[in-house]
Amino acid sequence: MLTKAKPAPAGEVLENVSHPMERFLRADRLPHIWCSGCGLGTVLSCFTYALDDLGLTDADVGVVSGIGCTGRAAGYLNLDSYHTTHGRAIPFATGLAVARPDKKVVVISGDGDLFAIGGNHFIHAARRNVDMTVICVNNFNYGMTGGQVGPTTPIGSRATTAPYGNYENPFNLPYLAASSGAVYVARWTSLHARRLKEAMIEAITMPGFTFVEAVCPCPTNYGRRNRLGEGLDELKYYAEKSVIKHGADPADADLLPGNDVLVGRFIQKERPTFLQAYEHQILDKQHFVKPQAMQNQNHVRLSGATATDGKAAS
Amino acid sequence: MAERILAGTHFLNGDEACAEGALAAGCDLFAGYPITPQSEIAERISRRLPQVGGVFIQMEDEISSIAATLGGAWGGKKAMTATSGPGFSLMMENLGLGMMTETPCVLINIQRGGPSTGLPTLVAQGDMMQARWGSHGDYGVVALVPSSPQEAFELTVRAFNLSEMLRMPILVMADEVVGHMFERVVIDPESIEIVERKAPNKPPGEFLLYEPGEDLVPQGMPALGDGYRVHVTGLTHDERGYPVLNEETQGKLIPRLRNKITHNIEAIVDVEETEIDDAEIVIVTYGISARSSLGALRLAREKGLKVGMLRLRTVWPFPADVLQEKADRVAGFVVPELNLGQIVLEVERAVCGRAAVKSVPHAGGEIHDPGTILAAIEEVFAHAH
Amino acid sequence: MATATTKRWKTKHGYLYIQDDECKGCGFCIEFCPKEVLEESDTFNAKGYYPPRPKDPEACVNCTFCELICPDFAIWSEKEEAAEPEEAEANG
Repeated sequence: MLTKAKPAPAGEVLENVSHPMERFLRADRLPHIWCSGCGLGTVLSCFTYALDDLGLTDADVGVVSGIGCTGRAAGYLNLDSYHTTHGRAIPFATGLAVARPDKKVVVISGDGDLFAIGGNHFIHAARRNVDMTVICVNNFNYGMTGGQVGPTTPIGSRATTAPYGNYENPFNLPYLAASSGAVYVARWTSLHARRLKEAMIEAITMPGFTFVEAVCPCPTNYGRRNRLGEGLDELKYYAEKSVIKHGADPADADLLPGNDVLVGRFIQKERPTFLQAYEHQILDKQHFVKPQAMQNQNHVRLSGATATDGKAAS
Repeated sequence: MAERILAGTHFLNGDEACAEGALAAGCDLFAGYPITPQSEIAERISRRLPQVGGVFIQMEDEISSIAATLGGAWGGKKAMTATSGPGFSLMMENLGLGMMTETPCVLINIQRGGPSTGLPTLVAQGDMMQARWGSHGDYGVVALVPSSPQEAFELTVRAFNLSEMLRMPILVMADEVVGHMFERVVIDPESIEIVERKAPNKPPGEFLLYEPGEDLVPQGMPALGDGYRVHVTGLTHDERGYPVLNEETQGKLIPRLRNKITHNIEAIVDVEETEIDDAEIVIVTYGISARSSLGALRLAREKGLKVGMLRLRTVWPFPADVLQEKADRVAGFVVPELNLGQIVLEVERAVCGRAAVKSVPHAGGEIHDPGTILAAIEEVFAHAH
Repeated sequence: MATATTKRWKTKHGYLYIQDDECKGCGFCIEFCPKEVLEESDTFNAKGYYPPRPKDPEACVNCTFCELICPDFAIWSEKEEAAEPEEAEANG
């Protein structure tokens, strides 16, 4: 389309230049294991920029992940990061969040880890409104183990354990999150990088159980078996089919192949967090002393100030 | 403001004593799921923990209970969970995670009749081998076994201390009778020793989360947000904590998980000897079975039989040395347990044919009648003479 | 990352950086750059992928979309605030 009127300029060659987000990454663990065209690198990137925009330091945030391709994200982040057992990132994160209410706890994991084996833990943490953010990368299969069918695989899609096509109804993740009590529910695709980053910022900032679904390509497994092309082709599909509708009813957020991909911020509301309710019901009514860590719960510095300005950890 | 250490003389059951032991040791997070006969631990601690600045969460199942316990430990808390057989089985995978990540915490199993749903309200000691081998892969185990509510208190405190010393989950393998029996428990703050978590031995950037000291234990453990940017993974990892999936790393890490116990074994093994010096037959037992055995020992001595007892307050690591030392001097060992013969296998292995070993099994539901144990003693005695 | 060789081009109001050897050839930046600044190089990198290069760096407005969407941290842009390029580089 564009004719090359002049040769591309060579550019200056430099050594020892760091990526702007390198401080949030374990550079000695990169390059990551994710395939070319996978959306996970984008999610990781958006997450680092979200932390940067929020002015959070590596002492403000803990990341917990489960098992799977998405679960590897924890290993690349230069924060306190915990790579736990399959499906159990959320309860582990609950222990962390309750122990350090003054820190932000983020769970980054995949659709299978969070909603098959981990499903029970998801709904209870949402019900309790434990103060954490859950970022779910939904690539519609179990990618790491070769592309098996999962709880979000659409009907008719092929997977290695659904060789004749999946016939089980998949979860509608925003609907499940909303009905379980999540106070913030959003979905974006990895194409919507800027909005995904903004959603992460909103989710991390809000107290309580916040949920962001990131729909991503899995070109090596789900994409390949369902003839979706390369990662780029899937992103072009998202570009064509995404419909942004903030405040949409999560019940309408089913993902059906060939249909529109509903994205946006669906739920944003307030209710007491687990520890706030605990404080109100027990500590206040019984006149028990509040532990020091709880006195600093969920303070997010948005201005880039350091973690230690006047808020001593317990 | 309620006290952490409930000083004084109390009338408590074993479960309640476990809860008080945890508090005395500094526990400030309990995540558990109700299951008979553990429920009284959760119930009491749900009332006590908020009084002293701790948090109690009833989780949705046992798997999340142990997961939240591990998470709480990495958040800097002394954390505990408690369960019985069915929950113990569910906890196995994450117990392995706790072992692999070297996470200090305490897991109490108030054993009941099994397998499966079994006898929810009745005693057994059927999980003793599971305690050692229940999770997949190789690792080491420390399991403390109380025989009274007083010991339930003391050994729970000890469990927390050992967990900090060895940087690993410590098991307390009690049983339904010890858990539900009411006895006098004396809590004397002066006599309670608390081991606190070791701070990292180096500053952030230099500190290696899994670099062992001379005692083979990692040197300090930071909490979330202390600035150490730890990476904790269940994958095989190097001293930085980063996954390195090869034979060499496995060979360095996994044996150390076990060796840190054997290396420190003198500080861990805890065996009580009763009338052992002139004993020709030694009862080897633990938990509530030790109390039936004491009854049998008294009956035997009345009959002129020279019987002694080794009561294992630590069943794992199994005190093989103690058994081996006695094996050449006695006619035989009698091993009563409320299972079909589990720890007796360790006794046989340690004794290695040098003396007789007689199991006194019991499928569970009730404790041994001392008469049954006495009959076994007499049988061994008859064979020997 | 800091160990990789970096190429830098002056844009209208800043710089565009690309680390060829980090690129895994996904094509996202080339396809979705709003100003169509990028094209595929005609030489491949150490991994066998064809990294992007700017056809016309002056057309880049430092919107940072490529920077955000790149899964491999291989491309980013820097908008000149008041800082000198050398200072900005030292801080980045």
